[in-house]
Amino acid sequence: MRAFAELLDRLVLTPQRNAKIKLMADYFRNAPDPDRGYALAAIAGTLTLKTVKPNVLRQLVLERLDEVLFRYSYDYIGDLAETISLVWERQAGGETAQQDLSLGAVMHQLEMAGRANVHGLVRSLLDQLEGSSRFALLKLITGGLRIGVSARLVKQALADMGNVDITEIETLWHGLSPPYTALFRWLDGKSDKPQLDMPAVFHAVMLATPVADNDLATLDPKAFAAEWKWDGIRVQLANLAGTRRLYSRSGDDISGAFPDILEAADFEGIIDGELLVGGTMRTNRATRTFSDLQQRLNRKTVTRRMLEEYPAFIRGYDLLFCGRRDIRQESFLTRRAELSALIDKAAPSRFDLSPLVPFSSWEELDRLRADPPDPVIEGIMLKRLDSPYTAGRSKGPWFKWKREPYNVDAVLMYAQRGHGKRSSYYSDFTFGVWTQSDGKDVLVPVGKAYFGFTDAELEVLDRYVRNNTVERFGPVRAIRAEPDHGFVVEVAFEGINFSTRHKSGVAMRFPRISRLRTDKLPRDADRLETLLAMIGQPGADMVEIREPI
Amino acid sequence: MKPETLLYPTPKGLYCEKGGFYIDPVQPVEKALITHGHADHARAGHTHVLATQETLDIMRIRYGDAFCVSSQAAVLGARTGIGDITASFHPAGHVLGSAQIAVEANGTRIVVSGDYKRRRDPTCAAFEPVPCDVFITEATFGLPVFHHPDDRGEVAKLLTSLRQFPERAHIIGAYALGKAQRIIALLREAGYDQPIYIHGALARLCDYYEERGIGLGDIRPATQDVQDRQSFAGAVVIGPPAAFADKWARRFPDPVAIFASGWMLVRQRAKQRGVELPMIISDHCDWTELTETIREINPAQVWVTHGREEALVRWCELEGIAARPLHLVGYDDEGE
Repeated sequence: MRAFAELLDRLVLTPQRNAKIKLMADYFRNAPDPDRGYALAAIAGTLTLKTVKPNVLRQLVLERLDEVLFRYSYDYIGDLAETISLVWERQAGGETAQQDLSLGAVMHQLEMAGRANVHGLVRSLLDQLEGSSRFALLKLITGGLRIGVSARLVKQALADMGNVDITEIETLWHGLSPPYTALFRWLDGKSDKPQLDMPAVFHAVMLATPVADNDLATLDPKAFAAEWKWDGIRVQLANLAGTRRLYSRSGDDISGAFPDILEAADFEGIIDGELLVGGTMRTNRATRTFSDLQQRLNRKTVTRRMLEEYPAFIRGYDLLFCGRRDIRQESFLTRRAELSALIDKAAPSRFDLSPLVPFSSWEELDRLRADPPDPVIEGIMLKRLDSPYTAGRSKGPWFKWKREPYNVDAVLMYAQRGHGKRSSYYSDFTFGVWTQSDGKDVLVPVGKAYFGFTDAELEVLDRYVRNNTVERFGPVRAIRAEPDHGFVVEVAFEGINFSTRHKSGVAMRFPRISRLRTDKLPRDADRLETLLAMIGQPGADMVEIREPI
Repeated sequence: MKPETLLYPTPKGLYCEKGGFYIDPVQPVEKALITHGHADHARAGHTHVLATQETLDIMRIRYGDAFCVSSQAAVLGARTGIGDITASFHPAGHVLGSAQIAVEANGTRIVVSGDYKRRRDPTCAAFEPVPCDVFITEATFGLPVFHHPDDRGEVAKLLTSLRQFPERAHIIGAYALGKAQRIIALLREAGYDQPIYIHGALARLCDYYEERGIGLGDIRPATQDVQDRQSFAGAVVIGPPAAFADKWARRFPDPVAIFASGWMLVRQRAKQRGVELPMIISDHCDWTELTETIREINPAQVWVTHGREEALVRWCELEGIAARPLHLVGYDDEGE
């Protein structure tokens, strides 16, 4: 338990992605089975454990601690699991565990415990464990670790540990379950790759590389098909041997949030496509923005009202399995013909086919890219007609050619110190644009960025922040930003989300600071209206309903 | 005599009217008795100062020879007459030279503990309990949440990280007096024999500890050119906590931010400060040690000062010990 607790403590405080991966990979290498398997499940969110209610925990503490002292403590710490782990005093004369309890043994006891004796078991476990381990236990039984590690990241750690490609882990993932003993044996190099009982339900997706400066010059346009790159999320829909699942592109099972799609998927096979909300082309209704799609994302379940207001559908890009037949080795053209036939027969309101974009030269395609026919298009995909479907991102068969980013001039408003290499630099910036409020021009934040600038530019920004701080809120500094005194930056971004959490009502997507505009005064920076006009306010009527701006 | 008339709080600090002196005054006064050298307790500008030799030396190092007009060294355990009262100094176990001050008149004795701890510390003398009528205790970590773990485990965390990230400099923020030297001594005890790099602000105090016979091993200034910053890869560097945010930290390759403090027990505190590796090492008592000390000394009254007074007062109530908060101002518990 101690090693797992230490891992959690480190992960909570480690901001760097690579360092997190290293911490997890090291743990998986050193921890025994089945401990590491349960740890993996806890981190990846695949642990199924009856949870213990906060009130039960509170009662346990108050058996030993004065209520007033507990309240002072809880007020100070703010987190129940952490407070309890810290104030817990072993009973005087109670047995102290000489040896560390293993995570596996703890899990086994929790699984075996009935409703009636969970109370006593938790008390006894708290008595046997050390501080950090108590915290880990409490996090496990209250559900949700919240340690800033995605399922994708932990899979990357597994890949690093076994020196295999992450796509192999992703493909196996849904066929395995805790404590993942066979998986670890394979990653340890002690056995062959685990064989799944049924056809793998998730297959690592094929990814494109961006079009770089001289890529197209050497390529023959006739060898490629072009299609629009839609601004939703890439998904894989599988219906094999009676099992229906919807996966994100990294293999997270998101079926629970999309019963509308699952229900309609009455054909056997595996489709690769874009998940969107709105109407399909087959029903002649508009595709809605990413902002609308977001209403349906990151949910475990979905209400009837959500289903009605934000109907989801899949725009098909590719077909991996036709029925139970694996057709990934066939050419793009062949697969697409099969996909087209399949979608023809599928529910018109839930499935349509991503249309191809006819073109004869790269110049022509570039023009189309600059002015796409639908606001929910974010660029163009190029796919070699003869390419098989291969997992991962290799350069050559598929390219993505994104629309140019939007640019606005914004004013720096707040800055925060970075982490690691940048811990002594103010490198995370919040910036805003002008808008009218109560008859006055004010700056409202529209985004936050911590990259895009060079190291030399960071020196300039950092110096400005240090010399122009007007207020401090903990680690955040408010920067002087007045019409005639302030710092203007050019911000490049991919789009905007409408958000009630931001005062401006909008938040930029993928913003980065592309240029320092030391030649401009804040009064010359852009206005919120300009920003909205740029996006062309797709589905303006729908925007209005949810977000009066 | 009534203890409330022997010692009472004033805006300048805890005052003994009968002896005409203050203990750890926060403003310049005529006569000051100082418990230890931390800046919020030992200030410059008093006329006469009575403190242990180490505390006087530390004040001289920090403020220069003119830190007071005249000074007198208190010998631990010896009684000094000041007017009608007697004062004596006793080890507090907080930092080098730290002392509790016992003030006595007409058979009433009050012990001002100053800051204190009960754990073994290779860099200073251990706390000695002194029987008394009133025990004035600090309450920096006066909440039941504070249980400081074993120092050795905390040092082991650092050594593990050095193995895991040999390409990164490990920068430890530690209070320049006491904590920094204790960390170094603990690292040496754990067998770490590599050079340890220190920020300029620590140099003179580390030298002084060495002079007093506290060996710190191979200590080097962390002031190399930017060109050979790679030489700090995998090295331990110690600086005052504020140096993290400072441009000073930029000379190190991809630093691991470490902070050695009792506050590091609270995960959110560590996260807010951008600390990656918290070392829970404190020069104060944790909750258990505070309460056990009060039980051991068994005074008629407990007065509680700087920190979470309310929780410790509540605990005393539950134990049937008369207690009240002192509400002294001007002491800083954040530097710990």
